[in-house]
Amino acid sequence: MKLPLSWIQDYVDIEGITPREYQGALTMSGTMVEGILQQGENIQNVVTGKILKIEAHPDADKLVVCQVDVGDETVQIVTGAKNMKEGDFVPVAKDGAILPVGKIKKGKLRGVESCGMMCSEEELGLAEEGTCDGLMILPKDTPIGMDIRDYLGLNEKIAEFEITSNRPDCLSVIGLARETAVTLGKPFNFKKPAVTQSGGDVNDYISVEVLDSELCPRYCCRAVRNVKIGPSPAWLQKRLELSGIRAINNIVDITNYVMLEYGQPMHAFDRRDISSSKIVVRRAKDGEVLTTLDGIERKLSNKDLVIADGEKAIGLAGVMGGENSEIKEDTTDVIFESANFNGVSIRNTSKKLGIRTESSSRFEKGLDPNNAMAALDRACELVALLNAGEIVSGVIDVCAQMKPNREIPFNPDNINRILGISIDRDFMVETLTALEFKVEGDRVVVPSFRGDVEGEADLAEEVARMYGYNNIPSTLLKGETTMGGKNKKQMAEDLVKDTLVSLGLYEIMTYSFVSPKIYEKLNIPKPDYIEISNPLGEEHSIMRTTAVASALEALATNYNQRNDEAFLFELATTYHKGGEDALAIEKQEVVIAMYGDVDFYGIKGVVEQLLEAFGITYYDIVPETENPIFHPGQTAVMKLKNKPAVTVGRVHPLVQKNFGIVPDAYVAVLDFDILLECQRTDKKYKQLPKYPAITRDIAMVVSDEINVRQIEDVFRKTRSNILESYELFDVYKGKQVGEGLKSVAYSLSFRAADKTLTDDEVNTVMENIISELEKKLNAKLRL
Amino acid sequence: MKQQLNQIKADVVSALENISSKAELESFRVEFLGKKGRLTQVLRGMGGLSPEERPVVGQLANEVRSFIETEIERMGEKLEKELLEKRLVEERIDVTIPGTRKKLGKRHPITTVLDEIKDIFIGMGFQIAEGPEIEGEYYNFKALNMPEGHPARDVQDTFYITEDVVLRTQTSTVQARVMESQKPPIRIIAPGRVYRSDAVDATHSPLFHQIEGLVVDKGVTMADLKGTLEVFCKRLYGEDKKFRFRPHYFPFTEPSCELDISCPACNGKGCRVCKGEGWIELLGAGMVHPKVLEMSGIDSTIYSGFAFGIGLERTVMRRYEIDDLRLFFENNLKFLKQF
Ligand SMILES: [Zn+2]
Repeated sequence: MKLPLSWIQDYVDIEGITPREYQGALTMSGTMVEGILQQGENIQNVVTGKILKIEAHPDADKLVVCQVDVGDETVQIVTGAKNMKEGDFVPVAKDGAILPVGKIKKGKLRGVESCGMMCSEEELGLAEEGTCDGLMILPKDTPIGMDIRDYLGLNEKIAEFEITSNRPDCLSVIGLARETAVTLGKPFNFKKPAVTQSGGDVNDYISVEVLDSELCPRYCCRAVRNVKIGPSPAWLQKRLELSGIRAINNIVDITNYVMLEYGQPMHAFDRRDISSSKIVVRRAKDGEVLTTLDGIERKLSNKDLVIADGEKAIGLAGVMGGENSEIKEDTTDVIFESANFNGVSIRNTSKKLGIRTESSSRFEKGLDPNNAMAALDRACELVALLNAGEIVSGVIDVCAQMKPNREIPFNPDNINRILGISIDRDFMVETLTALEFKVEGDRVVVPSFRGDVEGEADLAEEVARMYGYNNIPSTLLKGETTMGGKNKKQMAEDLVKDTLVSLGLYEIMTYSFVSPKIYEKLNIPKPDYIEISNPLGEEHSIMRTTAVASALEALATNYNQRNDEAFLFELATTYHKGGEDALAIEKQEVVIAMYGDVDFYGIKGVVEQLLEAFGITYYDIVPETENPIFHPGQTAVMKLKNKPAVTVGRVHPLVQKNFGIVPDAYVAVLDFDILLECQRTDKKYKQLPKYPAITRDIAMVVSDEINVRQIEDVFRKTRSNILESYELFDVYKGKQVGEGLKSVAYSLSFRAADKTLTDDEVNTVMENIISELEKKLNAKLRL
Repeated sequence: MKQQLNQIKADVVSALENISSKAELESFRVEFLGKKGRLTQVLRGMGGLSPEERPVVGQLANEVRSFIETEIERMGEKLEKELLEKRLVEERIDVTIPGTRKKLGKRHPITTVLDEIKDIFIGMGFQIAEGPEIEGEYYNFKALNMPEGHPARDVQDTFYITEDVVLRTQTSTVQARVMESQKPPIRIIAPGRVYRSDAVDATHSPLFHQIEGLVVDKGVTMADLKGTLEVFCKRLYGEDKKFRFRPHYFPFTEPSCELDISCPACNGKGCRVCKGEGWIELLGAGMVHPKVLEMSGIDSTIYSGFAFGIGLERTVMRRYEIDDLRLFFENNLKFLKQF
């Protein structure tokens, strides 16, 4: 909310307080002041002047030389302007003056001395660029030599307040003045408005029927006759404009002025347009149509509240008036409405129709019904002040039962207990009283405009913010100690990151929502995913069931950014339908994506080392030929506890193409839940070997169909306790071994824990292994 | 024979002078001490000496032998040393050439800062709690004292899955979940992803990270809130920084506040970074609203607590002076490698 501080000054004396002090004090008592703009701050040493003489420039056709009286002297100014004549009054920037456009200095223009500049509105920053041609000509009665800021009234300080949604009472001059007064410890000078009634009876002008008192707890109105529509006086227009509201005519301006001052939105109807002189507050009929003041036809439903006459809707309650009853130049009788509407209903209507007005944004926060009458009276007071019409005697007030003001317990000890301090009762009572609470013994009556105050905690805040949050001491937590730290899963997450980072991978973060098109790009069928009902766009419209697409997009980004290599990983959450509480199943997966100096065995090595970090050294592994994301010949699935836990492989060329990745890309996806489940943390020390090992190399020719894993299974199944380890050192395919065959060579290491092995002992095991290899894999030993 | 031996000794001395390599030293050794060497040959003639002469000559021969051996050893050492020195000179390299480096990855800057924040709170006895991102409307709003129609609901542009299921707009959702499942004393932080339907630009993202904090125990006060958060901020931002607590509004805390840090760019004088205020907002906090405690089954007449929420992206942006939020989710290595 934006206001000139001079308006606050009407209600509390803030003379002599610097903008910075004001900003600091209010901000620290809970009314955030985002900034205070000093009007005319960028104008200095500009005065009113009178052009005494205009002469031609000796050397320039387009320039003239003027003698200008600026009060204490007469200065010579050269100008290119044409719209002035001798005897005109103009703003004059003297030598050394500061203007929004820059500093003005004495100088020569085509050889003739010029001691300043006569200004246009644009040069003073009062008009948009390019909207002026010529100087700003001031009225004939302008005093000479006056500071232009004083003359034009460019001395306002405009404060920008940020009002939190719990304080609609502060969306008003009155509310802000009250806060200002309490914060600064000054009196709050509020006068009840006085209405001068001119006779007649309001009931002859209008009747009101409220059909839905839940949505409209109070409806007040007064009638004004013999209205003279015209512009408002300058002071009123200026206040509205400085507060960001356009002046329209005296009656409409009054309603806006009162809204800003009292925080109570109002509306004015042209009485001629109210058929049968009857106002009916009712729900709209489904499909009922109303053209609002902005000229837009609105289709309503019975959830919307309208102000109607005997026949038709004439206003959208609390949001915007109807075009059919607006104030016109020849309006003579006006009905002022000052009502209270249900906040939720206004909010829903405003949201549904997409109209947010100064009025609706106040009502939707819940306003004080008690304020309606005071505001109405203030409007009538202004009508008299502006001489805009005569107030018909009497007022209409259709009011559901008013709720009594809330009473809550007041216990200074409890307040101090919440704050951790001991403020004395007197300070609390003083503060609350200044904020218009009534302290009655151990109870407090909350003013009706403070709907936000419901209990002791709220009172504690009222006291604390005036006492000063920064005067509350800082203490450390006491009491029972708690066992802090990370749980097993959180530590496992760290382990994933630590391991992958140490293997040269960079952690990435990608969006949880994706486009449904990713499934086409991944070449897999669409799963049953979770959709966002109001997404920002198709691109972010579903919750991902896999993070592979996101990782591939990150590879593409890096490829497009001309990075030679990208080794990336994400510990990503995926979202699946189902779950106990009907929300979703949220799972974590580790996605590794790489291009550059890497091949299948490179990424598989990363996966193996990650598994090893989890204490997982053995798992089933089978080739994966059916996953459309992956290359059918370079992909494997690793199983843990019989569940597929890892898919690792080269990205299918078609998928790569869909994502626009040119270099060969490799991806691994690990199910984090299974990883966690299989994690082994029971590491035990194994005695260092005391006796020497015997190594034997073994080379064999097998069918190319046979995977080395099958050979290793044979080693493992011999279950010899002296076979310490085996290591693959050569795989060869080629003419020498023959079509469809390959040669595989291992180095086997034998060792016993308790003695030095003999050749015979090793030979027995070797023979056993060889015969198994021959039998199971049809291997031919090469010796 | 004595003469011969003395001649050998003299020859040894002169021959040594010409030796400049280990090979030469070896042939020198063979020449004098080898099986067919000169000393051996002389000794072979020992048999023809008289018994009186024999011990005398024998002693001399031993002296000569040990002289030669010592000399060979001395010469060997000298050659070794020369050789080493020569090698060391030859092996000199340009040590200013950059080192060979192993590939090393890095955590995302958001994780790095989050880890630091976790460590600070774990040090104060906090646990790390978690909650779902796809959340019931109850935990996102109602349990946080934002019933239907509450104006604060509008401030957070919410993504809906269904009418009752949302993408959580704040990690405060974890508050009620923790209080329902855990008895006080409670000290937790809950970091995680949150969602608001804001279009992407340099300062907005439909997805960002928050860290929620919650403390519930007997006798927890606003002074404790201040003390705890001051410790946290000083650890994260430096002991020399100034902080202020400013009243604010959150539906689920009362009293509520925001914590500001003195603007690091201007030291509180006011500049463009802080929009002239001299302060920069760090986080929101407050005493847990009694209604929130009660809704989660905690007796607000016995227990009290405080809660706080930290925007992680903004914290990281301040730390590294990053000016565009989009960089976090673009995953360009040119960015990720900088941290
Ligand atoms: Zn600053």
